[in-house]
Amino acid sequence: MTVAPEKNPPVKLPNEPEITPQVVAEHGLAPDEYERLLKIMGRTPTMVELGIFSAMWSEHCSYKSSKVWLKKLPTKAPWVIQGPGENAGVIDIGDGQAAIFKMESHNHPSYIEPYQGAATGVGGILRDVFTMGARPVANLNALRFGDPKHAKTRHLVSGVVAGIAGYGNCMGIPTVGGETNFHAAYNGNILVNAMTVGVAATDKIFYAAAAGIGNPMVYVGSKTGRDGIHGATMSSTEFNEDSESKRPTVQVGDPFVEKLLLEACLELMATDAIIAIQDMGAAGLTSSSFEMAAKGGLGLVMELDKVPMRETGMNPYELMLSESQERMLIVLKPGREDEARKIFEKWELDFAVIGHLTDTERMVLTWHGDVVGNIPIPPLVTEAPMYERPWTLTPLPPELEASKVPAPTDWKASLLTLMSCPDLASKAWIWHQYDHLIMGNTAIRPQGGDAALVRVPGAPKAASHKGLAMTSDCTPRYVQAHPETGGRQAVAEAWRNITAVGARPLAVTDNMNFGNPQKPEIMGQFAGAIMGMAEACIALDFPVVSGNVSLYNETEGRPILPTPTIGAVGVIDDIATSAGSRLVQSGLALVLIGETKGWLGQSIYLRELHGREEGAPPPVDLAVERRNGDFVRGEIVGRRVHACHDLSDGGLLVALAEMCLSGGTGACIKLPATDVAPHAYLYGEDQGRYLIATDDGPALVEAARKAGVPAVLLGYSGGPDITVDRLLTLPLQELRDAHENWLPGYMNSAA
Amino acid sequence: MKAAVLVFPGSNREGDVAQAIELVTGRRPQMVWHGDGDFEKVDLIVVPGGFSYGDYLRCGAMAAQSPVMAEVKKRAAQGVPVLGICNGFQIVTEAGLLPGTLMRNSHLKFVCADVHLRVETSQSLFTNRYQAGQVIKVPVAHAEGNYFADADTMKRLEDRGQIAFRYCGPDGSIVDGRGNPNGSSSNIAGVFNDTKTVLGLMPHPENAVEPMFGGTDGKALFEGMVEALS
Repeated sequence: MTVAPEKNPPVKLPNEPEITPQVVAEHGLAPDEYERLLKIMGRTPTMVELGIFSAMWSEHCSYKSSKVWLKKLPTKAPWVIQGPGENAGVIDIGDGQAAIFKMESHNHPSYIEPYQGAATGVGGILRDVFTMGARPVANLNALRFGDPKHAKTRHLVSGVVAGIAGYGNCMGIPTVGGETNFHAAYNGNILVNAMTVGVAATDKIFYAAAAGIGNPMVYVGSKTGRDGIHGATMSSTEFNEDSESKRPTVQVGDPFVEKLLLEACLELMATDAIIAIQDMGAAGLTSSSFEMAAKGGLGLVMELDKVPMRETGMNPYELMLSESQERMLIVLKPGREDEARKIFEKWELDFAVIGHLTDTERMVLTWHGDVVGNIPIPPLVTEAPMYERPWTLTPLPPELEASKVPAPTDWKASLLTLMSCPDLASKAWIWHQYDHLIMGNTAIRPQGGDAALVRVPGAPKAASHKGLAMTSDCTPRYVQAHPETGGRQAVAEAWRNITAVGARPLAVTDNMNFGNPQKPEIMGQFAGAIMGMAEACIALDFPVVSGNVSLYNETEGRPILPTPTIGAVGVIDDIATSAGSRLVQSGLALVLIGETKGWLGQSIYLRELHGREEGAPPPVDLAVERRNGDFVRGEIVGRRVHACHDLSDGGLLVALAEMCLSGGTGACIKLPATDVAPHAYLYGEDQGRYLIATDDGPALVEAARKAGVPAVLLGYSGGPDITVDRLLTLPLQELRDAHENWLPGYMNSAA
Repeated sequence: MKAAVLVFPGSNREGDVAQAIELVTGRRPQMVWHGDGDFEKVDLIVVPGGFSYGDYLRCGAMAAQSPVMAEVKKRAAQGVPVLGICNGFQIVTEAGLLPGTLMRNSHLKFVCADVHLRVETSQSLFTNRYQAGQVIKVPVAHAEGNYFADADTMKRLEDRGQIAFRYCGPDGSIVDGRGNPNGSSSNIAGVFNDTKTVLGLMPHPENAVEPMFGGTDGKALFEGMVEALS
């Protein structure tokens, strides 16, 4: 098929402004990008056409700076059903079932309007997943806030958490996991990355590619209002002092309507009336209709006056660019309109046939019978700007030797300081606001293990319960120090988290949050992180199946820490063979798996106790990672492990403290004979390590030795204290008070 | 036991309670749409948790005016047992089937957590499988669970043994509102009507019926109803 010539040039609407260079610039199009537009159109665009190009070619929708790099990530494996490019990634989890998942950012809106920004972030990612035919089974979120001392931080934490809770709880989807960090680099740009995991039958997955000339295009859900106009463009620029005046570009969510939309869509999906379906996310009706037609190699006519409108006096420009929430676009089989209409009317949602598919490969927009926009579809996609931006890799900083880092003068105080620092303090204040139990499938809850574990609903009835393990992870200070190592580490840690509950890691969704890509050092961070991630994903058979890029996270020239958040999913055949991290029993042997060299560069200990962020981050040996992880997973599903926790921020002693606190049981350990200094042994952040509680310590150590895995028996669980050799004895209650009181205390203190 | 579970736009724990009932009875309950004022005769009506009508206006207020609730009120008057959980508790209270009201949590936030409950009486069709004074662990998940009633009503509830469950410490003690997740009066977690045929409670026993998924302390509630109503 080829693009038909333009038969009906658009009319100019009354009061339509002239297209001047200033109007073009306000739409975020660079002069050379506007030249491309003129070449494609062969004439001056109308306002609505200019708006469509602006949205489709925004960084947010076009990935113009990141695409060349994203191609380097591995996306295939025998169990991958759908990789990047659809609304979400799809993997086979056996028994005719698929897990569908994705993580997406809502950073810019959440800073401007935290409650609505975060809420609609959750709403958007939920729609991405249920658009594909899945019932969402779990949500996670990865949040990064500024320095707790910064004037806005408390307000942002409060609003973001309430927004996530408000949306997810009402939808009835459990929010089971995530992470929250604080760092001054996020003072002007917080990160809100939301992830949804859903489950569908492998033969009932819905895609966006339109098909069937003449087939009706149906609009369902909420009415279109004036909210969120140019959200995608706003999210593709840096912040400055005027950013808060952009509040009207933030969308407003209604989880109640989305719940109705979810049920109505799933009801319609149970019939065979749908050919293609796409949610209206960033750039609303523009990107959804464009993607459906482009993927199907077709054209379309949309009668914009038929779009259900929330306000009077709306014009085509506003209708095409509104980011009103809770809307979907569906291509139906011919003659199935009434059947579909009945379902949406039952759920009290709008339903309108607004157009049909054509063979012209053009997007023709009409307004009360007049053509107001007429754009050839393929060139807008194929001729879209794509940049190979200059990049400079961050050099690897010199290794910081443990001897250059002082040991604590007061061991007890050091552990109390770490366990109550903003990054490691309990986040119970946050996750208790999320309904993490609804649906009755949550087996491992927040703080109960390194990954959340959720039973797969609808699996064949058997004695066993199949489970999905899920996590999100990234250590931005490692990525900042050396993006390649940091990218590798983020993937490895996500893989380790899944492994630590006994599940097989299957695939990844990535949420790449970076600063301004027009700066070579930022583009270099992006490039480096991708190289590291790609290497780890290949080595661990851990393909990337979906993702999202958020650039321009800068305020007045100050970028965030590079934050490639990794969301990961794995599967376990029987939840009864999983392990959490809670130490609930006395008398268990505590075995450290993996090699400890005492790596203190970029450690939390170095930062929190000595105020230094320096040195190289801990190296990740992917072969060792895999060997150690496969061994640990085998021991867990072989039911020889009571509890397991991976070692990450704060190293061995923090991991032990977390296991003791979450299970309510103390422990006593001794340092083995080693050349490593005690503070480096206990607080070093060497990778590929796990702490395991088991009945038979010597047997585990022996099994590890046979597998070529370093393992050492450190001590036993029991008692009311944590005791480490002669270095420290700390009552659990004292530790608990420090760990659990920081965040509520901070949130309740006067601003 | 034949059970019906009501479904309003915005209900979201109807599947959880249906699953719990099926686990105990081996039979899927009938799901009844909010517009259906004429559903088949059943032994038990369950008003489930969620955000009926988006919690707009006031939690439960709009659902209480729905066609199906008019029928529920009629049947409750005839003695058909009604169980309202969480938003269902708010709905049956708004519908006048139970005294009192559920206000916003005293700390103003949504709370999802395991809580300890003291079973105040075993003398009801809902609680006959528990012992009076027994402590059970079940989760709550709500933003408006702060039970309140005027002094006369509170006295009447106490005197007539209409308090079903109270929040408590792990040892069953009730001191200074200990274990109370929402600030409710007298630590009330659930109340009966005066004939003990209607029970409303904020906690979710339906999410505590399987060992690996929240424990089994809620299961006896469903088993007790089956025993009383089969």
